[in-house]
Amino acid sequence: MSFIDAKQLVHEYFRRDEEGNIEGIQVAVDHVDLQVEQGQFISILGHNGSGKSTLAKHINALLSPSDGTLYVDGRDVADPREHLAVRQTAGMVFQNPDNQIIASVVEEDVGFGPENIGVPTDEIWQRVEYALKSVGMWKYRTHSPNKLSGGQKQRVAIAGVMAMEPKCIILDEPTAMLDPNGRKEVIRVAHELNEKKGVTIILITHYMEEVVGSDRVFVMDHGKVVLQGTPREVFSQVETLEKYRLAVPQATKLAYELQKSGLGIPSGILNREELLEALAACRLN
Amino acid sequence: MLRDITLGQYYPAASAVHDMDPRTKLFGTLIYIIALFLFNNVIGWLVVTAFLVLAIRSCKVPFSYMVKGLKAIVMLLLIAAAFNLFLTSGTTVFAIGPLKVSDIGLRNAGLMTIRMIYLIVGTSIMTLTTTPNQLTDGLEQSLKFLNRIHVPVHEIAMMMSIALRFIPILIEETDKIMKAQMARGADFESGGIVKRAKAMVPLLVPLFVSAFRRAGDLALAMEARCYHGGEGRTKMKPLQYHGVDRISYIIILAFLILVIVSRVVYHPLLQLIGV
Repeated sequence: MSFIDAKQLVHEYFRRDEEGNIEGIQVAVDHVDLQVEQGQFISILGHNGSGKSTLAKHINALLSPSDGTLYVDGRDVADPREHLAVRQTAGMVFQNPDNQIIASVVEEDVGFGPENIGVPTDEIWQRVEYALKSVGMWKYRTHSPNKLSGGQKQRVAIAGVMAMEPKCIILDEPTAMLDPNGRKEVIRVAHELNEKKGVTIILITHYMEEVVGSDRVFVMDHGKVVLQGTPREVFSQVETLEKYRLAVPQATKLAYELQKSGLGIPSGILNREELLEALAACRLN
Repeated sequence: MLRDITLGQYYPAASAVHDMDPRTKLFGTLIYIIALFLFNNVIGWLVVTAFLVLAIRSCKVPFSYMVKGLKAIVMLLLIAAAFNLFLTSGTTVFAIGPLKVSDIGLRNAGLMTIRMIYLIVGTSIMTLTTTPNQLTDGLEQSLKFLNRIHVPVHEIAMMMSIALRFIPILIEETDKIMKAQMARGADFESGGIVKRAKAMVPLLVPLFVSAFRRAGDLALAMEARCYHGGEGRTKMKPLQYHGVDRISYIIILAFLILVIVSRVVYHPLLQLIGV
Protein backbone atom coordinates (compact mmCIF):
# COMPACT_ATOMS: atom_id res chain seq x y z
CA MET A 1 0.00 0.00 0.00
CA SER A 2 1.21 3.50 -0.78
CA PHE A 3 1.88 6.09 1.92
CA ILE A 4 -1.29 7.92 0.93
CA ASP A 5 -3.71 5.61 -0.79
CA ALA A 6 -7.13 6.78 -1.99
CA LYS A 7 -9.43 4.35 -3.75
CA GLN A 8 -12.61 5.56 -5.42
CA LEU A 9 -12.84 8.37 -2.88
CA VAL A 10 -16.14 10.28 -2.96
CA HIS A 11 -17.25 13.28 -0.96
CA GLU A 12 -20.70 14.78 -1.20
CA TYR A 13 -21.90 18.07 0.26
CA PHE A 14 -25.57 18.31 1.07
CA ARG A 15 -27.39 21.53 0.40
CA ARG A 16 -30.20 21.95 2.91
CA ASP A 17 -33.20 24.26 2.94
CA GLU A 18 -34.34 26.13 6.04
CA GLU A 19 -36.04 23.11 7.60
CA GLY A 20 -32.92 21.03 7.15
CA ASN A 21 -34.28 18.89 4.33
CA ILE A 22 -31.80 17.93 1.67
CA GLU A 23 -32.30 20.14 -1.39
CA GLY A 24 -29.51 18.87 -3.50
CA ILE A 25 -26.26 16.99 -3.46
CA GLN A 26 -23.01 18.39 -4.71
CA VAL A 27 -20.28 15.90 -5.44
CA ALA A 28 -17.06 17.69 -4.53
CA VAL A 29 -14.76 14.69 -4.90
CA ASP A 30 -15.83 12.17 -7.46
CA HIS A 31 -14.28 8.68 -7.40
CA VAL A 32 -10.69 9.79 -7.05
CA ASP A 33 -7.78 7.35 -7.04
CA LEU A 34 -4.59 8.81 -5.68
CA GLN A 35 -1.35 7.18 -4.65
CA VAL A 36 1.51 9.10 -3.06
CA GLU A 37 4.78 7.55 -1.93
CA GLN A 38 6.73 8.78 1.05
CA GLY A 39 9.24 11.53 0.30
CA GLN A 40 7.52 12.70 -2.87
CA PHE A 41 6.61 16.26 -3.77
CA ILE A 42 3.10 16.19 -5.17
CA SER A 43 1.05 19.02 -6.61
CA ILE A 44 -2.68 19.13 -7.09
CA LEU A 45 -3.77 21.75 -9.61
CA GLY A 46 -7.27 22.98 -10.22
CA HIS A 47 -9.33 26.15 -10.49
CA ASN A 48 -11.75 27.29 -7.76
CA GLY A 49 -14.38 24.71 -6.92
CA SER A 50 -12.57 21.81 -8.53
CA GLY A 51 -12.61 19.83 -5.29
CA LYS A 52 -8.91 20.03 -4.55
CA SER A 53 -9.29 21.52 -1.06
CA THR A 54 -12.01 19.03 -0.16
CA LEU A 55 -9.68 16.22 -1.19
CA ALA A 56 -6.89 17.72 0.92
CA LYS A 57 -9.08 17.91 4.02
CA HIS A 58 -9.61 14.15 3.80
CA ILE A 59 -5.89 13.47 4.03
CA ASN A 60 -5.87 15.37 7.34
CA ALA A 61 -9.05 13.63 8.55
CA LEU A 62 -10.93 16.93 8.78
CA LEU A 63 -13.53 15.43 6.46
CA SER A 64 -14.64 11.84 6.20
CA PRO A 65 -15.25 10.15 2.86
CA SER A 66 -18.85 9.64 1.77
CA ASP A 67 -17.73 6.59 -0.16
CA GLY A 68 -14.49 4.83 -1.04
CA THR A 69 -11.45 4.51 1.18
CA LEU A 70 -8.45 6.61 2.10
CA TYR A 71 -5.47 5.32 4.03
CA VAL A 72 -2.70 7.59 5.32
CA ASP A 73 0.38 5.69 6.46
CA GLY A 74 -1.76 2.58 6.82
CA ARG A 75 -4.44 4.30 8.90
CA ASP A 76 -8.06 4.56 7.83
CA VAL A 77 -9.18 8.21 7.95
CA ALA A 78 -12.82 7.17 8.33
CA ASP A 79 -12.07 5.73 11.77
CA PRO A 80 -12.57 8.43 14.43
CA ARG A 81 -10.11 6.68 16.77
CA GLU A 82 -7.34 7.23 14.22
CA HIS A 83 -8.05 10.95 13.68
CA LEU A 84 -5.40 12.28 16.06
CA ALA A 85 -2.78 9.88 14.72
CA VAL A 86 -3.63 10.80 11.12
CA ARG A 87 -3.46 14.52 11.87
CA GLN A 88 -0.09 14.01 13.50
CA THR A 89 1.17 12.11 10.44
CA ALA A 90 -0.20 14.56 7.92
CA GLY A 91 -0.14 18.20 9.00
CA MET A 92 -2.00 20.89 7.14
CA VAL A 93 -1.30 24.52 6.30
CA PHE A 94 -4.21 26.67 5.19
CA GLN A 95 -4.72 29.60 2.87
CA ASN A 96 -5.21 32.54 5.22
CA PRO A 97 -2.10 33.06 7.36
CA ASP A 98 -3.97 35.16 9.95
CA ASN A 99 -6.68 32.61 10.61
CA GLN A 100 -4.41 29.72 11.54
CA ILE A 101 -2.03 31.34 14.01
CA ILE A 102 -3.41 30.80 17.48
CA ALA A 103 -0.89 32.45 19.77
CA SER A 104 0.39 36.03 19.95
CA VAL A 105 4.05 35.07 19.99
CA VAL A 106 5.67 33.07 17.20
CA GLU A 107 7.30 30.42 19.43
CA GLU A 108 4.12 29.85 21.44
CA ASP A 109 2.21 29.27 18.25
CA VAL A 110 4.72 26.72 17.02
CA GLY A 111 4.46 25.00 20.41
CA PHE A 112 0.67 24.72 20.17
CA GLY A 113 0.64 21.47 18.18
CA PRO A 114 3.14 19.60 20.40
CA GLU A 115 1.22 20.80 23.48
CA ASN A 116 -1.96 19.27 22.09
CA ILE A 117 -0.41 15.87 21.56
CA GLY A 118 1.12 15.82 25.04
CA VAL A 119 4.83 16.24 24.32
CA PRO A 120 6.92 16.87 27.49
CA THR A 121 8.01 20.48 28.06
CA ASP A 122 11.74 20.05 27.31
CA GLU A 123 11.01 18.26 24.08
CA ILE A 124 8.52 20.94 22.99
CA TRP A 125 11.33 23.49 23.15
CA GLN A 126 13.64 21.27 21.11
CA ARG A 127 10.93 20.74 18.53
CA VAL A 128 10.08 24.45 18.35
CA GLU A 129 13.74 25.28 17.77
CA TYR A 130 14.08 22.59 15.12
CA ALA A 131 10.86 23.64 13.37
CA LEU A 132 11.60 27.36 13.38
CA LYS A 133 15.14 26.79 12.17
CA SER A 134 14.00 24.56 9.35
CA VAL A 135 11.79 27.32 7.94
CA GLY A 136 14.33 30.06 8.70
CA MET A 137 12.19 31.91 11.24
CA TRP A 138 14.25 31.23 14.39
CA LYS A 139 15.28 34.84 14.86
CA TYR A 140 11.64 35.93 14.87
CA ARG A 141 10.66 33.54 17.68
CA THR A 142 9.68 36.24 20.17
CA HIS A 143 7.91 38.46 17.64
CA SER A 144 4.20 39.01 17.38
CA PRO A 145 2.74 37.33 14.27
CA ASN A 146 0.82 40.53 13.52
CA LYS A 147 4.06 42.30 12.69
CA LEU A 148 5.26 39.71 10.17
CA SER A 149 4.73 39.73 6.41
CA GLY A 150 2.33 37.28 4.78
CA GLY A 151 5.12 34.99 3.61
CA GLN A 152 6.71 34.98 7.07
CA LYS A 153 3.36 34.21 8.72
CA GLN A 154 2.89 31.31 6.36
CA ARG A 155 6.39 30.03 7.23
CA VAL A 156 5.44 30.19 10.92
CA ALA A 157 2.32 28.18 10.12
CA ILE A 158 4.50 25.60 8.36
CA ALA A 159 6.81 25.52 11.40
CA GLY A 160 3.74 24.93 13.59
CA VAL A 161 3.05 21.82 11.57
CA MET A 162 6.73 20.77 11.42
CA ALA A 163 6.91 20.83 15.24
CA MET A 164 4.51 17.91 15.30
CA GLU A 165 7.08 15.93 13.31
CA PRO A 166 4.71 14.88 10.55
CA LYS A 167 5.69 12.57 7.73
CA CYS A 168 3.65 14.65 5.33
CA ILE A 169 2.55 18.27 5.02
CA ILE A 170 -0.46 19.33 3.01
CA LEU A 171 -0.29 22.93 1.84
CA ASP A 172 -3.78 24.07 0.88
CA GLU A 173 -3.30 27.08 -1.41
CA PRO A 174 -0.66 28.50 0.93
CA THR A 175 0.21 31.31 -1.48
CA ALA A 176 -3.24 32.48 -2.56
CA MET A 177 -3.15 35.54 -0.28
CA LEU A 178 0.53 36.42 -0.66
CA ASP A 179 2.50 38.81 -2.85
CA PRO A 180 4.96 37.38 -5.40
CA ASN A 181 7.90 37.50 -2.97
CA GLY A 182 5.93 35.76 -0.24
CA ARG A 183 4.87 33.10 -2.73
CA LYS A 184 8.44 32.33 -3.74
CA GLU A 185 9.48 32.20 -0.08
CA VAL A 186 6.81 29.65 0.85
CA ILE A 187 7.39 27.42 -2.18
CA ARG A 188 11.16 27.47 -1.55
CA VAL A 189 10.66 26.40 2.06
CA ALA A 190 8.34 23.59 0.96
CA HIS A 191 11.02 22.28 -1.42
CA GLU A 192 13.70 22.57 1.25
CA LEU A 193 11.68 20.56 3.74
CA ASN A 194 11.09 17.95 1.08
CA GLU A 195 14.75 17.67 0.09
CA LYS A 196 16.51 18.11 3.43
CA LYS A 197 14.07 16.61 5.91
CA GLY A 198 12.44 14.08 3.61
CA VAL A 199 8.93 15.33 4.35
CA THR A 200 6.29 14.33 1.84
CA ILE A 201 4.68 17.49 0.47
CA ILE A 202 1.27 17.82 -1.09
CA LEU A 203 0.90 21.26 -2.59
CA ILE A 204 -2.54 22.41 -3.60
CA THR A 205 -2.62 25.42 -5.84
CA HIS A 206 -4.09 27.06 -8.88
CA TYR A 207 -0.82 28.69 -9.91
CA MET A 208 0.83 26.51 -12.53
CA GLU A 209 4.22 28.15 -11.97
CA GLU A 210 4.39 26.64 -8.51
CA VAL A 211 4.14 23.03 -9.58
CA VAL A 212 7.25 23.10 -11.79
CA GLY A 213 9.55 21.41 -9.26
CA SER A 214 7.12 18.63 -8.27
CA ASP A 215 7.64 14.93 -8.77
CA ARG A 216 4.08 14.46 -9.88
CA VAL A 217 1.17 16.72 -10.77
CA PHE A 218 -2.53 15.93 -10.55
CA VAL A 219 -5.04 18.19 -12.29
CA MET A 220 -8.56 18.22 -10.88
CA ASP A 221 -11.79 19.42 -12.40
CA HIS A 222 -15.34 18.94 -11.11
CA GLY A 223 -14.10 16.59 -8.41
CA LYS A 224 -12.27 14.27 -10.79
CA VAL A 225 -8.58 13.80 -11.46
CA VAL A 226 -8.51 14.63 -15.16
CA LEU A 227 -4.79 14.70 -15.83
CA GLN A 228 -1.70 13.43 -14.09
CA GLY A 229 1.98 13.02 -14.76
CA THR A 230 5.29 14.77 -14.38
CA PRO A 231 5.19 18.56 -14.72
CA ARG A 232 6.58 18.24 -18.25
CA GLU A 233 3.91 15.78 -19.29
CA VAL A 234 1.20 18.00 -17.87
CA PHE A 235 2.62 21.26 -19.23
CA SER A 236 2.73 19.86 -22.75
CA GLN A 237 -1.06 19.63 -22.87
CA VAL A 238 -1.75 23.33 -23.16
CA GLU A 239 -5.19 23.03 -24.76
CA THR A 240 -6.46 20.53 -22.20
CA LEU A 241 -5.19 22.73 -19.36
CA GLU A 242 -6.94 25.76 -20.76
CA LYS A 243 -10.11 23.75 -21.06
CA TYR A 244 -9.90 23.23 -17.29
CA ARG A 245 -9.55 27.00 -16.82
CA LEU A 246 -5.95 26.97 -15.66
CA ALA A 247 -3.72 29.91 -16.48
CA VAL A 248 -0.88 28.39 -18.47
CA PRO A 249 2.42 30.24 -17.78
CA GLN A 250 3.45 32.71 -20.48
CA ALA A 251 6.60 30.84 -21.52
CA THR A 252 4.74 27.54 -21.90
CA LYS A 253 1.99 29.22 -23.84
CA LEU A 254 4.39 31.04 -26.14
CA ALA A 255 6.38 27.86 -26.76
CA TYR A 256 3.17 26.05 -27.57
CA GLU A 257 2.03 28.71 -30.05
CA LEU A 258 5.48 28.78 -31.73
CA GLN A 259 5.47 25.01 -31.99
CA LYS A 260 2.01 25.10 -33.51
CA SER A 261 3.14 27.55 -36.17
CA GLY A 262 5.93 25.23 -37.19
CA LEU A 263 8.96 26.08 -35.09
CA GLY A 264 10.95 23.09 -33.87
CA ILE A 265 10.45 23.61 -30.14
CA PRO A 266 9.88 20.64 -27.82
CA SER A 267 6.57 20.57 -25.96
CA GLY A 268 6.26 20.94 -22.19
CA ILE A 269 8.41 24.04 -21.71
CA LEU A 270 8.36 24.77 -17.96
CA ASN A 271 9.80 28.26 -17.67
CA ARG A 272 11.45 31.18 -19.40
CA GLU A 273 14.99 29.74 -19.19
CA GLU A 274 13.95 26.57 -20.98
CA LEU A 275 12.19 28.59 -23.65
CA LEU A 276 15.35 30.64 -24.20
CA GLU A 277 17.46 27.51 -24.55
CA ALA A 278 14.98 25.94 -26.95
CA LEU A 279 14.91 29.10 -29.06
CA ALA A 280 18.72 29.26 -29.14
CA ALA A 281 18.89 25.62 -30.21
CA CYS A 282 16.33 26.41 -32.87
CA ARG A 283 18.42 29.23 -34.30
CA LEU A 284 21.53 27.04 -34.43
CA ASN A 285 19.70 24.52 -36.57
CA MET B 1 -9.14 56.40 16.70
CA LEU B 2 -9.56 52.62 16.60
CA ARG B 3 -5.85 52.03 16.70
CA ASP B 4 -5.61 53.73 20.07
CA ILE B 5 -7.11 50.81 21.96
CA THR B 6 -4.18 49.19 23.73
CA LEU B 7 -6.20 46.76 25.79
CA GLY B 8 -5.00 43.24 25.24
CA GLN B 9 -1.88 44.05 23.28
CA TYR B 10 1.35 42.56 24.40
CA TYR B 11 4.40 44.82 24.50
CA PRO B 12 7.60 42.74 24.52
CA ALA B 13 10.40 44.00 26.83
CA ALA B 14 12.84 42.57 29.33
CA SER B 15 11.60 43.66 32.74
CA ALA B 16 10.86 42.25 36.18
CA VAL B 17 7.14 42.57 35.51
CA HIS B 18 7.44 40.64 32.27
CA ASP B 19 9.29 37.87 34.11
CA MET B 20 6.64 37.52 36.77
CA ASP B 21 4.36 34.55 36.88
CA PRO B 22 0.96 35.46 35.38
CA ARG B 23 -0.73 34.20 38.55
CA THR B 24 1.20 36.78 40.54
CA LYS B 25 0.16 39.49 38.12
CA LEU B 26 -3.48 38.40 38.20
CA PHE B 27 -3.43 38.37 41.99
CA GLY B 28 -1.69 41.75 42.05
CA THR B 29 -4.24 43.23 39.65
CA LEU B 30 -7.11 41.89 41.72
CA ILE B 31 -5.68 43.36 44.91
CA TYR B 32 -4.98 46.62 43.07
CA ILE B 33 -8.62 46.87 41.92
CA ILE B 34 -9.87 46.13 45.44
CA ALA B 35 -7.50 48.76 46.81
CA LEU B 36 -8.76 51.30 44.24
CA PHE B 37 -12.24 51.03 45.67
CA LEU B 38 -11.05 50.82 49.27
CA PHE B 39 -9.06 54.03 49.55
CA ASN B 40 -11.01 57.15 50.45
CA ASN B 41 -8.46 59.69 51.65
CA VAL B 42 -5.21 61.36 50.78
CA ILE B 43 -2.95 58.83 52.47
CA GLY B 44 -4.66 55.95 50.71
CA TRP B 45 -4.38 57.81 47.43
CA LEU B 46 -0.66 58.28 47.97
CA VAL B 47 -0.19 54.59 48.69
CA VAL B 48 -2.10 53.55 45.57
CA THR B 49 -0.21 56.08 43.45
CA ALA B 50 3.10 54.85 44.81
CA PHE B 51 2.15 51.28 43.94
CA LEU B 52 1.07 52.28 40.42
CA VAL B 53 4.25 54.30 39.84
CA LEU B 54 6.33 51.36 41.05
CA ALA B 55 4.54 49.07 38.58
CA ILE B 56 4.88 51.55 35.71
CA ARG B 57 8.57 52.13 36.40
CA SER B 58 9.46 48.46 36.67
CA CYS B 59 7.56 47.23 33.60
CA LYS B 60 9.61 49.17 31.02
CA VAL B 61 6.63 49.82 28.78
CA PRO B 62 6.58 53.42 27.48
CA PHE B 63 4.12 55.43 29.56
CA SER B 64 2.57 56.94 26.43
CA TYR B 65 1.61 53.41 25.40
CA MET B 66 -0.54 52.94 28.49
CA VAL B 67 -2.14 56.35 28.31
CA LYS B 68 -3.26 55.73 24.73
CA GLY B 69 -5.87 53.36 26.10
CA LEU B 70 -7.40 56.23 28.04
CA LYS B 71 -8.42 58.18 24.95
CA ALA B 72 -11.12 55.64 24.18
CA ILE B 73 -12.84 56.23 27.52
CA VAL B 74 -12.57 60.01 27.74
CA MET B 75 -16.27 60.47 26.90
CA LEU B 76 -17.32 57.88 29.45
CA LEU B 77 -15.14 59.56 32.05
CA LEU B 78 -16.62 62.99 31.35
CA ILE B 79 -20.20 61.77 31.53
CA ALA B 80 -19.60 59.86 34.74
CA ALA B 81 -17.82 62.83 36.29
CA ALA B 82 -20.64 65.19 35.26
CA PHE B 83 -23.27 62.95 36.85
CA ASN B 84 -21.30 62.81 40.05
CA LEU B 85 -20.69 66.55 40.03
CA PHE B 86 -24.22 67.76 39.49
CA LEU B 87 -26.43 65.07 40.93
CA THR B 88 -24.91 64.60 44.36
CA SER B 89 -26.63 66.42 47.17
CA GLY B 90 -24.63 68.24 49.83
CA THR B 91 -23.49 71.73 50.68
CA THR B 92 -23.45 73.80 47.52
CA VAL B 93 -20.02 75.11 46.66
CA PHE B 94 -20.96 76.98 43.49
CA ALA B 95 -23.71 76.88 40.92
CA ILE B 96 -23.89 77.28 37.14
CA GLY B 97 -27.49 78.29 36.43
CA PRO B 98 -29.74 75.55 37.78
CA LEU B 99 -26.84 73.12 38.20
CA LYS B 100 -25.47 73.00 41.71
CA VAL B 101 -22.08 71.61 42.51
CA SER B 102 -21.80 70.28 46.03
CA ASP B 103 -18.70 69.57 48.06
CA ILE B 104 -19.50 65.86 48.18
CA GLY B 105 -20.20 65.85 44.45
CA LEU B 106 -16.83 67.45 43.80
CA ARG B 107 -15.13 64.88 45.98
CA ASN B 108 -17.01 61.96 44.42
CA ALA B 109 -16.30 63.13 40.88
CA GLY B 110 -12.62 63.50 41.69
CA LEU B 111 -12.40 60.09 43.32
CA MET B 112 -14.29 58.46 40.49
CA THR B 113 -12.08 60.00 37.80
CA ILE B 114 -8.92 58.94 39.62
CA ARG B 115 -10.27 55.42 40.11
CA MET B 116 -11.22 55.02 36.45
CA ILE B 117 -7.91 56.33 35.14
CA TYR B 118 -5.92 54.21 37.60
CA LEU B 119 -8.04 51.20 36.75
CA ILE B 120 -7.36 51.46 33.01
CA VAL B 121 -3.65 52.23 33.38
CA GLY B 122 -3.12 49.57 36.06
CA THR B 123 -4.91 46.76 34.28
CA SER B 124 -3.29 47.64 30.97
CA ILE B 125 0.09 47.04 32.64
CA MET B 126 -1.00 43.46 33.18
CA THR B 127 -2.16 42.92 29.61
CA LEU B 128 0.84 44.76 28.13
CA THR B 129 3.37 42.65 30.02
CA THR B 130 1.66 39.27 29.74
CA THR B 131 1.17 37.36 26.52
CA PRO B 132 -2.42 36.21 26.05
CA ASN B 133 -1.24 32.63 26.34
CA GLN B 134 0.43 33.29 29.67
CA LEU B 135 -2.67 35.11 30.84
CA THR B 136 -4.80 32.17 29.86
CA ASP B 137 -2.47 29.76 31.61
CA GLY B 138 -2.56 31.92 34.70
CA LEU B 139 -6.35 32.09 34.72
CA GLU B 140 -6.64 28.41 34.03
CA GLN B 141 -4.33 27.55 36.91
CA SER B 142 -5.88 29.99 39.37
CA LEU B 143 -9.46 28.97 38.59
CA LYS B 144 -8.82 25.24 38.33
CA PHE B 145 -10.91 24.60 41.43
CA LEU B 146 -14.02 25.61 39.46
CA ASN B 147 -13.62 22.46 37.39
CA ARG B 148 -15.13 20.56 40.28
CA ILE B 149 -18.45 22.34 39.79
CA HIS B 150 -18.24 21.61 36.04
CA VAL B 151 -17.15 25.02 34.84
CA PRO B 152 -15.21 24.48 31.57
CA VAL B 153 -12.21 26.49 32.76
CA HIS B 154 -9.82 25.40 30.02
CA GLU B 155 -12.28 26.17 27.23
CA ILE B 156 -13.11 29.61 28.63
CA ALA B 157 -9.41 30.39 29.03
CA MET B 158 -8.70 29.28 25.46
CA MET B 159 -11.55 31.43 24.11
CA MET B 160 -10.21 34.42 26.00
CA SER B 161 -6.71 34.08 24.66
CA ILE B 162 -7.98 33.72 21.10
CA ALA B 163 -10.24 36.75 21.50
CA LEU B 164 -7.25 38.77 22.67
CA ARG B 165 -5.11 37.60 19.77
CA PHE B 166 -7.79 38.67 17.28
CA ILE B 167 -8.40 42.14 18.69
CA PRO B 168 -5.71 43.84 16.54
CA ILE B 169 -6.75 41.87 13.47
CA LEU B 170 -10.40 42.82 13.83
CA ILE B 171 -9.48 46.44 14.51
CA GLU B 172 -7.48 46.53 11.31
CA GLU B 173 -10.40 44.97 9.50
CA THR B 174 -12.84 47.54 10.92
CA ASP B 175 -10.54 50.27 9.65
CA LYS B 176 -10.49 48.70 6.21
CA ILE B 177 -14.27 48.26 6.00
CA MET B 178 -14.74 51.81 7.26
CA LYS B 179 -12.52 53.17 4.51
CA ALA B 180 -14.22 51.01 1.90
CA GLN B 181 -17.63 52.30 2.99
CA MET B 182 -16.37 55.88 3.15
CA ALA B 183 -15.02 55.55 -0.38
CA ARG B 184 -18.57 54.76 -1.42
CA GLY B 185 -19.99 57.76 0.37
CA ALA B 186 -20.78 56.45 3.83
CA ASP B 187 -20.64 59.11 6.51
CA PHE B 188 -19.61 58.01 9.99
CA GLU B 189 -18.87 61.38 11.49
CA SER B 190 -21.72 63.85 11.05
CA GLY B 191 -25.22 63.82 12.49
CA GLY B 192 -26.68 63.04 15.86
CA ILE B 193 -26.19 59.94 17.93
CA VAL B 194 -29.07 58.09 16.24
CA LYS B 195 -27.80 58.87 12.77
CA ARG B 196 -24.28 57.84 13.69
CA ALA B 197 -25.49 54.63 15.29
CA LYS B 198 -27.40 53.86 12.11
CA ALA B 199 -24.29 54.54 10.07
CA MET B 200 -22.54 51.79 12.03
CA VAL B 201 -24.83 49.08 10.63
CA PRO B 202 -23.08 48.78 7.26
CA LEU B 203 -19.86 48.56 9.25
CA LEU B 204 -20.96 45.89 11.71
CA VAL B 205 -22.61 43.52 9.26
CA PRO B 206 -19.49 42.80 7.16
CA LEU B 207 -17.38 42.77 10.31
CA PHE B 208 -19.53 40.07 11.88
CA VAL B 209 -19.64 38.04 8.70
CA SER B 210 -15.87 38.10 8.44
CA ALA B 211 -15.43 37.36 12.16
CA PHE B 212 -17.56 34.24 11.81
CA ARG B 213 -15.60 33.15 8.76
CA ARG B 214 -12.36 33.64 10.64
CA ALA B 215 -13.73 31.66 13.57
CA GLY B 216 -14.58 28.79 11.25
CA ASP B 217 -11.13 28.84 9.67
CA LEU B 218 -9.42 28.98 13.03
CA ALA B 219 -11.44 26.09 14.43
CA LEU B 220 -10.41 24.02 11.44
CA ALA B 221 -6.76 24.98 11.80
CA MET B 222 -6.82 24.12 15.51
CA GLU B 223 -8.40 20.78 14.81
CA ALA B 224 -5.83 20.07 12.11
CA ARG B 225 -3.17 20.61 14.76
CA CYS B 226 -4.70 17.95 17.01
CA TYR B 227 -6.47 20.27 19.42
CA HIS B 228 -8.97 18.23 21.39
CA GLY B 229 -9.64 20.17 24.58
CA GLY B 230 -7.58 20.42 27.74
CA GLU B 231 -7.29 16.69 28.30
CA GLY B 232 -3.78 15.26 27.98
CA ARG B 233 -2.33 18.63 27.05
CA THR B 234 1.19 19.54 28.12
CA LYS B 235 2.59 23.03 28.50
CA MET B 236 5.40 24.62 26.58
CA LYS B 237 5.80 27.21 29.31
CA PRO B 238 4.61 25.61 32.54
CA LEU B 239 3.95 28.09 35.32
CA GLN B 240 6.63 28.30 37.98
CA TYR B 241 7.10 30.76 40.79
CA HIS B 242 10.51 32.44 40.98
CA GLY B 243 12.25 34.82 43.35
CA VAL B 244 10.62 37.85 41.75
CA ASP B 245 7.17 36.39 42.49
CA ARG B 246 7.94 35.92 46.17
CA ILE B 247 9.03 39.53 46.48
CA SER B 248 6.00 40.68 44.49
CA TYR B 249 3.59 38.81 46.74
CA ILE B 250 5.15 40.48 49.76
CA ILE B 251 4.87 43.91 48.12
CA ILE B 252 1.27 43.28 47.05
CA LEU B 253 0.18 42.13 50.51
CA ALA B 254 2.02 45.00 52.18
CA PHE B 255 0.27 47.35 49.77
CA LEU B 256 -3.17 45.95 50.65
CA ILE B 257 -2.46 46.24 54.38
CA LEU B 258 -1.27 49.82 53.94
CA VAL B 259 -4.43 50.80 52.07
CA ILE B 260 -6.64 49.22 54.74
CA VAL B 261 -4.64 50.84 57.54
CA SER B 262 -4.83 54.22 55.81
CA ARG B 263 -8.60 53.91 55.69
CA VAL B 264 -8.87 52.96 59.36
CA VAL B 265 -6.40 55.38 60.87
CA TYR B 266 -7.16 58.47 58.76
CA HIS B 267 -9.90 59.95 60.95
CA PRO B 268 -8.30 59.11 64.31
CA LEU B 269 -5.11 60.61 62.94
CA LEU B 270 -6.89 63.84 61.93
CA GLN B 271 -8.43 64.10 65.38
CA LEU B 272 -5.08 63.41 66.98
CA ILE B 273 -3.38 66.31 65.26
CA GLY B 274 -6.47 68.38 65.95
CA VAL B 275 -7.69 69.32 62.48
